[in-house]
Amino acid sequence: MDALTLARLQFGITTVYHFFFVPLSLGLSIIVAVMQTIYVTRGDEKYKQMAKFWGKLLLINFAMGVVTGIVQEFQFGMNWSEYSRFVGDIFGAPLAVEALVAFFIESTFLGVWLFGWDKLSKRVHLAAIWLVALAANVSAFWILVANSFMQNPVGYTIADSGRAEMVDFFELLRNPNVWLQFPHVALGGLTTGAFFVLGISAFHLLRGKASNLDAFRASARMSLIIGTVAVLLTMGFGHAQGQRMADTQPMKLAAAEGLWDSEDPAGLSMFQIGNEADRTSIVNIRIPSLLSFLSYNTPDGLVHGINNLQAEYVQQYGPGNYIPPAIWLTYWSFRAMVGAGGLMFVLGLLGLYYISRNRLGNGKPKWLLRLLILAILLPYLANSTGWMLTEVGRQPWIVQGLMTVDQAVSPNVTPEMLLISLIGFTIIYGLLMIADIYLLQKYARQDIDGSGNLIPWFGPDEPESGKKNARYEGAY
Amino acid sequence: MDLQTLWFILIAVLFTGFLFLEGFDYGVGILLPFVAKTDDERRVVINSIGPVWDGNEVWLLTAGGAMFAAFPNWYATLFSGFYLALFLILIALIVRGVAFEFRSKDNHPRWRSLWDGAIFIGSLVPALLWGVAFGNILRGVAIDESMTYVGSFFDLLNPYALVGGLVTLSLFILHGALFLELKVDGVIRDRVKTIARRFWLPVTLLAVVFVVLSLFETDIRDNFNVANVAGLVIAVTALLWTGYSIFQARYGRAFFGTGLTVVGVVALIFGTLFPRVMPSTLGFDLTIYNASSSEYTLQVMTVIALTVVPIVLAYQAWTYWVFRKRLTMQSKLEY
Ligand code: HDD
Ligand code: HEM
Ligand code: HEM
Repeated sequence: MDALTLARLQFGITTVYHFFFVPLSLGLSIIVAVMQTIYVTRGDEKYKQMAKFWGKLLLINFAMGVVTGIVQEFQFGMNWSEYSRFVGDIFGAPLAVEALVAFFIESTFLGVWLFGWDKLSKRVHLAAIWLVALAANVSAFWILVANSFMQNPVGYTIADSGRAEMVDFFELLRNPNVWLQFPHVALGGLTTGAFFVLGISAFHLLRGKASNLDAFRASARMSLIIGTVAVLLTMGFGHAQGQRMADTQPMKLAAAEGLWDSEDPAGLSMFQIGNEADRTSIVNIRIPSLLSFLSYNTPDGLVHGINNLQAEYVQQYGPGNYIPPAIWLTYWSFRAMVGAGGLMFVLGLLGLYYISRNRLGNGKPKWLLRLLILAILLPYLANSTGWMLTEVGRQPWIVQGLMTVDQAVSPNVTPEMLLISLIGFTIIYGLLMIADIYLLQKYARQDIDGSGNLIPWFGPDEPESGKKNARYEGAY
Repeated sequence: MDLQTLWFILIAVLFTGFLFLEGFDYGVGILLPFVAKTDDERRVVINSIGPVWDGNEVWLLTAGGAMFAAFPNWYATLFSGFYLALFLILIALIVRGVAFEFRSKDNHPRWRSLWDGAIFIGSLVPALLWGVAFGNILRGVAIDESMTYVGSFFDLLNPYALVGGLVTLSLFILHGALFLELKVDGVIRDRVKTIARRFWLPVTLLAVVFVVLSLFETDIRDNFNVANVAGLVIAVTALLWTGYSIFQARYGRAFFGTGLTVVGVVALIFGTLFPRVMPSTLGFDLTIYNASSSEYTLQVMTVIALTVVPIVLAYQAWTYWVFRKRLTMQSKLEY
């Protein structure tokens, strides 16, 4: 493989991996902060148990988010040095601000929260977890300011040196792209946190063995409310993003829809098998006019096709291939994200219905509780495919309309070096994923009373004994 | 003073913060297997940096971000050029960071020793490699007219840079031992005292060798200025002061001494570089002018940095105050 492909593969793997952990940190930190707030204001010990229980899971996840983030910070220079030279003026600034105003707070106060349960007053200790939660979401904002510049460059000029230079910092912050992308991502994070809490609570409600099932019922209720609202809002912002895309990145939209030729009115494709070499579709099941409607809120309106846009871009930017690679990936990613979102919304509504009638819990209804456990995977699917759509659909551009990826790659980094780092990161990340999942499932199955007793996944209904060793599990 | 100079200084300050703070927690990580024999002792040692190591590491991330924002060409040349070295550092930091959080989450002895090993290696590798990297930057590397590093990974492993690596490694071990002396009690404290006494001489000898080598391997002789002379004087005095304090059993002062040594060393390195950020052996030096961002970006970043950095310093100092108490085997070790 050539250096460019390897650089992309390595960058893509490490970045998607980072984003396995990010959304849960974003959402769960808020949920834990809310639980602890209820504990501090009402003095209800149940909520303290909850904050501690979910807090442990947050910490395990957070550690993974932090260490994979370190790689991100340096990778732009490692793999994309030409890109870093070209946009450093604009792109480096939000990254530096992110570290200054968010990472410092996040990391410092997480330590304070973790080790400060009985060193600080209740309120100061509560402030610590809120600072962590807010800083995590602030960090998301700044990194998305950087990413939005790549999707929709604003506030810059091309200097004589050929570099992009910043001319207006505030325009960068006002980038319309970021004001849709940030809410979409942050709410997606909240959705992730909520469905994570919901799924694990469902497990405990299903098994019915924890010493304080009430705490899990309260967790389920809280996460159902937060999750259903968050996923609905996420979808709303997503829809708005789609409409913007029709405007600023029509090629991405065309790829996401597998729309080869412009249409007016355009139908929405539900299932397509295409032939990318010939740029045609073989099977395509569609709903007439719906794509036009989704793009413009009217039943007709021109939606540009891939072939037409390609011709247009050749006129505008000179000869070249402006079609994203792997249209199928963009197309199916879009459907997977939207599908996962819709499914979560339906599950959320069902859960709310049952819990409002007091019929969720005590192991019932079994089918729904089981589904909710499986549904933990849905936000992860939506988050990863969302980024696939955003990033792969942007290709071949690294900065839309200004620079392509093949111009961006480091000229002196050889395929051998990239192969070493690709294999190295993949192995380490693979092993860490195993350790992470092992710990998450273990801590998720613990009884909420802090005794460290494990609730078995399956099996007979007596409590598991013989694991009473206090030093086992949660002690320290 | 122009903004480029200001940012050069600011980045030096960020690296000082990073090396001062992470310096001792690398040292603690390296000392872990040697000063803590039982599981509880290890927990005490790890808890001495538990609440603060991540905050310390952010100094590095901020230095990286600041380099990217203020000197994109420096960021691009350095990290693409030192690709494999950086890759090793990143792997080390990954396993180390995870290990701090994961080791206590299961009490199987194999699990614990696996992560203890990760803490050790993960602290040792960067403690050594940061010194190697700075040695190379100071000595100059092959950078061509397109600002691209054209040497190989093995060019970076020259004797001079490796001595630089040993200096940071041994200095951080001493720094970490002194930190532990202040934070723990009992048998661990006795052990770190012994280590501090034994390590002072090697650190000092290595530092002397490094300075002497620098006279020949770098262009420092044509380049004396206030900053690097002051840095040299501070580093030497501070090291002597450290030795004196250790033998007087005044460990608080000794820790202050190793900290000041770090400050001196950074001043020495950055002072010698100035106004270059990466000297080239091929005659295409990267300087603070040809590597920098536009005036406008520097202005914006200056306003932000000068407002935020003091606040960061204040709350980080506060956390050290909150967790100032000495840890003993009787301390509550859980979290
Ligand atoms: C939408 C959110 C988001 C996105 C797109 C990214 N990150 Fe991230 N990052 C976070 C949200 C986040 C976070 C929630 O703030 C994390 C995850 C868990 C954590 O500890 O902080 C984090 C951690 C984290 C850290 C460690 C901070 C620490 O030590 O506390 C670094 C250096 C980065 N990230 C850098 C990056 C870079 C350079 C990215 C660009 C590719 C990136 N992240 C994408
Ligand atoms: C954490 C969420 C993110 C995920 C999952 C993600 C995913 C990806 C993927 C899969 C690619 C490879 C695309 C391809 O080569 O076909 C990519 C490329 C890239 N992304 Fe992202 N991305 C994320 C966030 C960001 C952010 C926040 C930035 C910038 C601030 C960014 C900058 C880049 C760059 C520079 C490339 C390399 C060039 C390229 O291949 O397009 N990414 N990303
Ligand atoms: C009806 C539902 C949804 C629609 C219409 C939708 C729409 C979109 C669109 C158009 C993009 C690409 C934006 C761009 O490239 O500029 C996107 C990206 C993304 N989506 Fe969704 N989305 C939906 C649901 C979800 C859900 C439920 C989640 C997560 C829980 C999610 C997570 C993401 C993420 C992480 C990205 C990448 C970041 C970004 O560019 O915003 N999406 N979504």
